[in-house]
Amino acid sequence: MSTLDCAQAIICAVQLSRSFKKIAALREIDLYIQRGEIFGLVGPDGAGKTTMLRLLAAVMTPTSGRVTVAGHDTVKDAEEIRAHVGYMPQKFSLYGDLSVRENLEFYADIFGMRGTERERRFEQVLSFAHMSHITERRAKQLSGGMQKKLGLACTLIHRPDVLLLDEPTTGVDPVSRREFWDLLTELLMQGTTIVVSTPYMDEAERCNRIGLLFQGQLIHCSTPREIKAMVKGQVVEFHPDQLEAARALLATQLGVLEVQVYGTLLHVFVEDANQVWPRLHAALNVAGIRIDGVRLIHPRMEEAFISLIRRMQEAGSKTQEATGPIRAE
Amino acid sequence: MTDKVSFAIETENLSKRFGHFIAVNSVTFNVRRGTIFGFLGPNGAGKTTTMRMLLGLLKPSGGHAGILGYDVAHQPRAVKQRIGYMSQRFSLYDDLTVEENLRFFGRTYGLRGDRLRERIQYALKMADLIGREKAPGRELAGGFRQRMALGAAILHDPELIFLDEPTAGVDPVSRRSFWELLYHLVNDEGVTIFVTTHYMDEAEQCQELAFIHGGQIVAQGSPAELKATLMQGTVIELTPDDPANAMRLLKQAKATGSLMADDMALYGAQIHIVTQDATQAQREIVELLNAGGVKFDLPEVIQPSLEDVFLSAIR
Repeated sequence: MSTLDCAQAIICAVQLSRSFKKIAALREIDLYIQRGEIFGLVGPDGAGKTTMLRLLAAVMTPTSGRVTVAGHDTVKDAEEIRAHVGYMPQKFSLYGDLSVRENLEFYADIFGMRGTERERRFEQVLSFAHMSHITERRAKQLSGGMQKKLGLACTLIHRPDVLLLDEPTTGVDPVSRREFWDLLTELLMQGTTIVVSTPYMDEAERCNRIGLLFQGQLIHCSTPREIKAMVKGQVVEFHPDQLEAARALLATQLGVLEVQVYGTLLHVFVEDANQVWPRLHAALNVAGIRIDGVRLIHPRMEEAFISLIRRMQEAGSKTQEATGPIRAE
Repeated sequence: MTDKVSFAIETENLSKRFGHFIAVNSVTFNVRRGTIFGFLGPNGAGKTTTMRMLLGLLKPSGGHAGILGYDVAHQPRAVKQRIGYMSQRFSLYDDLTVEENLRFFGRTYGLRGDRLRERIQYALKMADLIGREKAPGRELAGGFRQRMALGAAILHDPELIFLDEPTAGVDPVSRRSFWELLYHLVNDEGVTIFVTTHYMDEAEQCQELAFIHGGQIVAQGSPAELKATLMQGTVIELTPDDPANAMRLLKQAKATGSLMADDMALYGAQIHIVTQDATQAQREIVELLNAGGVKFDLPEVIQPSLEDVFLSAIR
C-alpha cells in the first residue's frame, strides 16, 4: 500500500492487527476505502468483522499497524475521529424508557450540540428516519426495525461523514430491511462513506465493494461482480428425483468442483458445462436417477461466498472448523 | 410412520383476537407431509401467534387447526408427543456439556434407558457433534449451538418440527450447513418442517411458502409459482458508471412523474427499478441519463428476487 493511496482514501489501514491474549483477531489488514463508497464487510462468525469496525471507530486500539480515518490517526487523534465517525454497534444502546426525542437529546448532549443547530438537526434526522410523528413514543415500544432506524438517527446526530454499521439489520424483517437500506442509499447520495458488516448476502450485493474476512485475514476485496466471477466454472441447476443419491454420486465425478444442495435442487459447479455435463447426465441415468429442469445459472453472492469459504476451510487444516460442512450420510 | 393423512398441518379459518386486536384473521393453509414449508411475514404480521396456536400453546378464537390428523385444541397431548419445536431463543444450559444438555431434554420428553442413549447418539451424529460431547454449552460457536438445539428438538423422534427463525444472526456458511441438515431430516427421515425466516435465500429453498401480512395469508405457493404470479411489474437492472448520481436523477424523475416506476433500489454498481411498463421505463431511463450526462450499459429486464416479490405483495 503506497502512501499515495492513503492520501486519497477516507479510511486507510496499513498492516492493521489486533490480538486478544494469544488469539489473533485481525492479521495485517491493508485496506483503503474512498470517500462516498459503501463498503461491505462479510465473513463467518468470529472472522473479525466487529473487531475491524471497533478499530475504525477508534473505540479499540490496534496491537500493531495503523489506521487513519478522514486523515486522523485512530490512536493519536481518537477524539477527532469521533467527530467524523458515526458508529452503530450491533447492540446499539437505546434507552427503552426514554422517548424517541429523549434518546436523540441524549446523543446530542454527548456530542455537545447546542442551540438552534441542535433543534434543526433533530428535525432533520427525525424526518430522514420517518419518525417525526412518533417523537414521544418510548423506544421500547418501537418495533425492531424502528429501533434500528432510531439507532441510525442517533448515530447521525453529529453529521458524521463516515458511518460504521455493525450488522445493522440482523433479525429485522425484509420490509424494514429494505427501508433501512433506502435510508443508507439517501446518505450515500449525500456523499457519506459507509462501512457495513452483514450476514445477508443480498445486502452485501448492494455494496460497491466487499471485503471478505476469514480467520482474521482480508482474503478478498473487490466488487460483488468480481467476487462472483471468482467462483470457478459454471453452475448447472437441476431437480433430481433422488436428491441425496444424486449429490453423493456427483461429488465423486471427475470435473465436478463442488455440489451444493439448494431446496429440492442441486447446484453442480463444473469447469466447463458443455464438456462435462453430458458425462454427468449419463452417470445419473445409469444410476437410475431421473432429473428435470436442467439449466445453467449464474452463481449469486450466496453461492460465491459459501464456495470461497469452504475451499479456504478445505485448504486449511483438516481438523474441522466450527463452520465446517456437514456431510449427511 | 403411519400415514393416514397426507397433510401434516391443516388449518381452516384459524383466527386469534386479543381484545379488539385481530392478530390472526381467518387463516387457511395445508402443509404436505415430508416437505419444508416456509412461513414468512414482517414482524407483527401474526407469524408467532399462528405458530403458538399450531403448537397448542394458545387457544384459537375461531377456526380449526389439525396437526398430524389430531385437532390441536382438543387433543393437545397427542400432538405434543409427535412434534418438535425449536424456539427463536432456544435455551441451552451453558454450564452443562453437550451430552448433559441432550440428556436433560430427552428426559423431559420422557425418554429413559437404552432408548435415551440411542437417541442422544443419533442427535450427536446428526448434528455433527461427535467429539464435542464433553464441551460445555457456553463454548459452542453459533452454528454448533443451532445444530445442538435442533438435535434437542428431535430427540423424541417427532414427525413434524416447528422452527422459529432458527438461523437469525448465523453466518451464511453455518446457515447452509443447517439447511443441509433440514433436507436430510426431510428426505431421509420423512419429517415435515414448518419454518419461519427473514432470509429470502432460505425461503427460496422451501418447497412451499405462505406470506402472512396483517394477520392474513396474502400469497401461497412454491417459490417459482410466487415469482411467476405474484410480482406486480417487471424488474429492470441498470449499470451506470456513477450509480449514486444516476440514482439521484432517477429519484428526481420519479418524484416529478417523468419516470414511471414503483420502486427503485441501489444494488452496489447496479440500480433495480420495478415498473409496470418495462418498454416505456427503459426509454425514459435512457433519455434521462443521456440528458444528465451519465454513462450506462443498456438497462435489461431481470428475474425478480423473492425479496422483490415479497415486497411487491405486501406494499
